[in-house]
Amino acid sequence: MKTTRLLAATLVAATLGITLASAEEEHGAPQPPRQAWSYAGMFGRFDQAQLQRGFQVYREVCSSCHSMNLVRFRNLSEPGGPGFSAAQVKALAAEYKVKEQNDSGEDAERPARAADAFPPPFPNEKAAAAANGGKAPPDFSVLAKARTFERGFPKFLTDALPVVGYTEHGVDYIHAVLDGYEDPPAGKDVPSGTYYNKYYPGHLIAMPKPLSDGQVTYAKNDKGEPVVPETVNQYATDVAAFMAWTAEPHMMARKALGLRVILFLIVLSGLLYYVKKKIWAKVGGEVHGLQPELHKTH
Amino acid sequence: MSAHANTYVPKSRVAKWFESRLPLVGLVHSSFVAFPVPRNLNYFWTFGAILIAMLMSQIVTGIWLAMHYDPSAANAFNSVEHIMRDVNYGWLLRYMHANGASMFFVAVYIHMFRALYYGSYKAPREILYILGVIIYLLMMATAFLGYTLPWGQMSFWGATVITSILGAIPIVGETIQSLLWGGYSVGSPTLNRFFSLHYLLPFMILGVVVLHVWALHVTGQNNPAGIPIKSSKDAVPFTPYATVKDVFATVVFGIFFAYWIFYQPNYLGHADNYVPANAAVTPAHIVPEWYFLPFYAILRAVPDKLGGVILMFSAVIILAFAPWLDTSRVRSANYRPIYRQFFWLFVVVTILLGWLGAKPPEGGYVIAARLCTAYYFLHFLVVMPLVGLFETPDRLPDSILESVTGPGKQVSGSGMPAGAAAAPSSKG
Repeated sequence: MKTTRLLAATLVAATLGITLASAEEEHGAPQPPRQAWSYAGMFGRFDQAQLQRGFQVYREVCSSCHSMNLVRFRNLSEPGGPGFSAAQVKALAAEYKVKEQNDSGEDAERPARAADAFPPPFPNEKAAAAANGGKAPPDFSVLAKARTFERGFPKFLTDALPVVGYTEHGVDYIHAVLDGYEDPPAGKDVPSGTYYNKYYPGHLIAMPKPLSDGQVTYAKNDKGEPVVPETVNQYATDVAAFMAWTAEPHMMARKALGLRVILFLIVLSGLLYYVKKKIWAKVGGEVHGLQPELHKTH
Repeated sequence: MSAHANTYVPKSRVAKWFESRLPLVGLVHSSFVAFPVPRNLNYFWTFGAILIAMLMSQIVTGIWLAMHYDPSAANAFNSVEHIMRDVNYGWLLRYMHANGASMFFVAVYIHMFRALYYGSYKAPREILYILGVIIYLLMMATAFLGYTLPWGQMSFWGATVITSILGAIPIVGETIQSLLWGGYSVGSPTLNRFFSLHYLLPFMILGVVVLHVWALHVTGQNNPAGIPIKSSKDAVPFTPYATVKDVFATVVFGIFFAYWIFYQPNYLGHADNYVPANAAVTPAHIVPEWYFLPFYAILRAVPDKLGGVILMFSAVIILAFAPWLDTSRVRSANYRPIYRQFFWLFVVVTILLGWLGAKPPEGGYVIAARLCTAYYFLHFLVVMPLVGLFETPDRLPDSILESVTGPGKQVSGSGMPAGAAAAPSSKG
């Protein structure tokens, strides 16, 4: 008995030791700093003003290279999003042109409607790649869910828990990359067509620094002051939040429904527990769990 | 045990007319109402009901998703996003289905470890148990096929890796591979046939589940004491006792399930699968879904491709031989002091293998994976036969009743009423 225990402990300890030692070597790139997102957590809600500012950054800066093929203009006025009015969306869509065959079968352009998707900046992926150093810039629609980073043991486990949990890896990564351009450390070779970024895996990113302070002019308050600072960090935060919404447009509906479903199931299970207890009382109750001691005869 | 009579007595004329032509109600009654259940079952025995609930959930959400899904390489990714964005409650259907697969595996792994701990595979339940292994194999095939359908990067490259594994099988491997591919690589024809098979297999699972339940109701359930029902006092009728417990446990499991759907819907997936499939770009790490990770670690622990494939499949197939590898006549590990420790070591090793499966196959991870793989097989091939021969088990209780109440005590209330299916009488 003692030998098996010893054997088991040795095997487990050896395996854990080897794996943890290997895990130590892995970490090289800095972890994207965690931001305080309004929509994080079980009760999180998107900040409408932030989504509107994020959309403004996308429209004025990012959209010249990045498509957003899965997002439709009407989405901007749907519940749980940036909260533009239907009239605003209609007017906005009309500023875009959509390619379509006309009734004579010729290629033609018409103003976009609310039901249209955002027209892409390039006619196709090859054109996008050719204009951007050989690689097409990724589509924005689900990008916030398509990016992540390793949190390592044990954080990858605690991330799944309620309250201390963490689901905003992709958004934090996007924010960090947008705000992560800096001078390369001495001796670091940065080939032309690449740029040094603190948080990009391998540090060499093909996208030139997209944002700079004061680049986008935000709406002012009554006193004529900007509500939020017009800095790279703020732009990056706002556009990342906007991308969280484009990736998961029904997030607020999901979290709200989840709360009701879980509360309902908790109440139901409580009632069922007492029904079960009452039924089993007729045969003197029941035994729970593994309870090896209870099963042993003395 | 097998002689429990059909105690259903039809009352109305219509019921009598129907029952004399097809005794369906009587069958359901004898299986789910009057069926004698050992009274000492713990909550690990509720996972059968939970698994049936999960299978139903997967089938229902899957049928609805299929109404909106387009299984072509050009449109699959966008049709999934169409479900997420434009279909009413489409996000709920998809997250239920994707996380439902994971919850199905959580439940099946608890169910399987329970069977291993309490020796539920031993005579006379070998066929019941092997049917369970077949269900598990079908589940793995179904889950793999299903993960291909969103046609993201991990879908595509996962399908590429797994189908190329089948190509390593001598003689027939390449034929199987090109039959699955429908061409010379993973592409639109592959996706089409994977979708077709993904829709077929759950109904095959359902068929084997019926056999599994049938076999269960011939042999009766095992129980934590691992001893058979000897008198009516050892048992309670399935309804209401097991029914209410199963419903309660299923609802509690539903809370767990709902948490993932609503608050961690993408935790168990991969970010890379939100990048559309691209044959020209290989992801940095190709990793299967979490429930395959122990087997993936075993596959990669072997330096030889064919050897890895053989070991990986053996790791599943070996489960089916447990009834003959285990030489102990005592079923429940509660009464097996040595085997019990090896069992928990086996659980730890399996979890470690799962973690190693997610790590890159380099350095210390490979060494650790080899150690764990070795123990995985040693457990079945050496520990199970030898411990059974040399171990002195604790004394078994004389009856299930004694295991509940302790020796020599009288209990109030009895289990099964002798010969009647009505509510149990209050006095034994």
